[in-house]
Amino acid sequence: MPEVIAADGSLRNDNWAVVARPEAGESLNIPEGQPALIPVDLWLAGADHYAGRDDIGVWFDSHDEPEQLASRVHEPALIAVNFPRFVDGRGYSIARLLRERYGYSGELRAIGDVLLDQLQFMKRCGFDAFALRPDKDATKAARCLNFFSQTYQAAADTDVPLFRRRAS
Amino acid sequence: MYVYDEHDKQIAAERVAQFRDQTERALAGELSEEEFLPLRLQNGLYVQRHAPMLRICVPYGMLRSEQLRRLARITRDYDRGYAHVTTRTNIQLNWPNLEDVPDILAELAEVEMHANQTSGNCIRNTTTDQFSGVQADEIADPRPYCEIIRQWSTFHPEFAFLPRKFKIAVNASEKTDRAAIQVHDIGLQIVRNEQGEPGFRVHAGGGLGRTPMVAPVIRDFLPELDLLTYLEAIIRVYNRYGRRDNKYKARIKILVKALTPEGFAQKVEAEWAEIKDSPTRLNRETIEKFQGYFTEPDYQALDNASELLGKQRFESREFDKWLTHNVNEHKKPGYAIVTLTLKQTGTPPGDVTDTQFEQIADLADEYSFGEVRATHEQNIVLADVRQDRLFELWQRITPMGFATANLHTLNDIICCPGGDFCALANAKSIPIAEAIQRRFDDLDYLYDLGPIDLNISGCMNACGHHHVGNIGILGVDKKGEEFYQVSLGGASQHDASIGKILGPSFAREEMPDVVAKLIDVFVEKRTEEETFLDTYRRVGLDPFKERVYA
Repeated sequence: MPEVIAADGSLRNDNWAVVARPEAGESLNIPEGQPALIPVDLWLAGADHYAGRDDIGVWFDSHDEPEQLASRVHEPALIAVNFPRFVDGRGYSIARLLRERYGYSGELRAIGDVLLDQLQFMKRCGFDAFALRPDKDATKAARCLNFFSQTYQAAADTDVPLFRRRAS
Repeated sequence: MYVYDEHDKQIAAERVAQFRDQTERALAGELSEEEFLPLRLQNGLYVQRHAPMLRICVPYGMLRSEQLRRLARITRDYDRGYAHVTTRTNIQLNWPNLEDVPDILAELAEVEMHANQTSGNCIRNTTTDQFSGVQADEIADPRPYCEIIRQWSTFHPEFAFLPRKFKIAVNASEKTDRAAIQVHDIGLQIVRNEQGEPGFRVHAGGGLGRTPMVAPVIRDFLPELDLLTYLEAIIRVYNRYGRRDNKYKARIKILVKALTPEGFAQKVEAEWAEIKDSPTRLNRETIEKFQGYFTEPDYQALDNASELLGKQRFESREFDKWLTHNVNEHKKPGYAIVTLTLKQTGTPPGDVTDTQFEQIADLADEYSFGEVRATHEQNIVLADVRQDRLFELWQRITPMGFATANLHTLNDIICCPGGDFCALANAKSIPIAEAIQRRFDDLDYLYDLGPIDLNISGCMNACGHHHVGNIGILGVDKKGEEFYQVSLGGASQHDASIGKILGPSFAREEMPDVVAKLIDVFVEKRTEEETFLDTYRRVGLDPFKERVYA
């Protein structure tokens, strides 16, 4: 069973499946007996069916707009954001908007090309679970999540930028 | 000047530890080349033609003497005894070993320096006018704002993987723009509104490179307290919607053009409306606190030394030339701003040796309150020199090679490292600069020609800012041969414009003659008061073209 890293760097087993966007003419292939993340627009299209189910969550690709889920952000059981390539930084903005603008308070999971050296940025933007790329050493995650004990900005993790901490 | 507090020191130390860890994992093969690339770039580390090239950050150009001495030691211990002042006012080492870089960073951190975000697709070093705080006509000192931006942009978690690099510049005078803000991704012009409150006119979407553009204004007045939230809104819009499919179309200028400046501004305003009152909004106390780091040094109450200087000018024609060209007016009576030129013929423009770093440190301590500024024209400024000591200073710096009185002349060439050092370059740039400097070696003739910006880039990445040179030279590759394309009429100040290409490119050995012909046309066509740029703007490209291709 694949591992997921929590915000504190601890590892846990997890069996959420990420269901790929179906090809044209094919239908969504949700696995039996396993919780699944489906593309956010497909979840919205079938929201009457999916809302309230604790085994169906959504995933955003890096070009998907978080605005589309704004009013229903609390309904999916889990939200994930895909990093198709680790250098594609759109997922950081998506995460901050889901957390800070739309008030999503459930688990926010980074999926896709998730590497060690980006973990702390992800955490600061609101991710609290990380599906590390399988070839990377998850035991190093705790260190990489905490390279910095001080940060300059406000973000999803803190309302108090350093200039406000200094003032107090 | 800004001084680190315990928070800054801790972040700097943790950064060194982080990069050491990353380098070790890269050397151990745990990080692929592709994975390590953005990590090392965000630490200013390029792998170049001969060796890694390390770009050390000099925030908005400010350096203290102890930092200069440390740079001297680093170039001596880890490199070949010289470094290069870049057009982003940073300092570049040409030959460090990859394994040594963590140790170099540790040495830098001891003197409150770093190499963060001097490269890579992130927010780069913010630049400003090298005469900040000492010129009479500035609206407010831009450096406190630059430091506020530096801290906000350092390891910004949302903006570490932008579509492309991102450069911000701040300018403080409505008369001059030494920071060239209109060719930046964001250009901030400090202004006051009708009530006299400080703020910014915001330009966005300028840049050089393959598709040079002058940045349009997207907001006429932004109150100073809204600085960071507005920057966050602009860059968030860019991060979400900037192109990522083609690196040549990924800069913000392409997005601004695609959406139109009005359309882009609307998107930014809509985003900003959501976050303008967020905790990132500045407060007056914070701005005052940062302003407190850039207070005036301990100036003495002096009168202008006009009589003494007049006498000294009369006694030495060489001093007179230097005073006219390399010394600027200071806001305080009895003081002057001195530019040490790094443009001696025979030395690559902007190169500084270890010994010269130490000499500059000594000069800073003895003549200018221990501080200097690096300039985007690749020179060094002593900002606070007493007028009655100018003659003595001039005598000291002449044998050091810093008194070449060619500032703003044709020979004060802006030049990237080019094909001699840089793996990206299509062609060499330094030998072109030298050949032109040798051709125009008569200072009196250069003075007669007046100010001419001649900028050379070895490739389309435009590190030598060729698009905004009055005369711009670009190295191009034609079937493996180095050729040079010439453009005319670029300008980087408030009247910023992008140069127009003259025509087919030239072989290297032709270049001094080509420049000479351009200058001949100018001399024939100019009126008494005109600069090269004025004449070009009046007569256009054709007379120059006819002569050069005749």
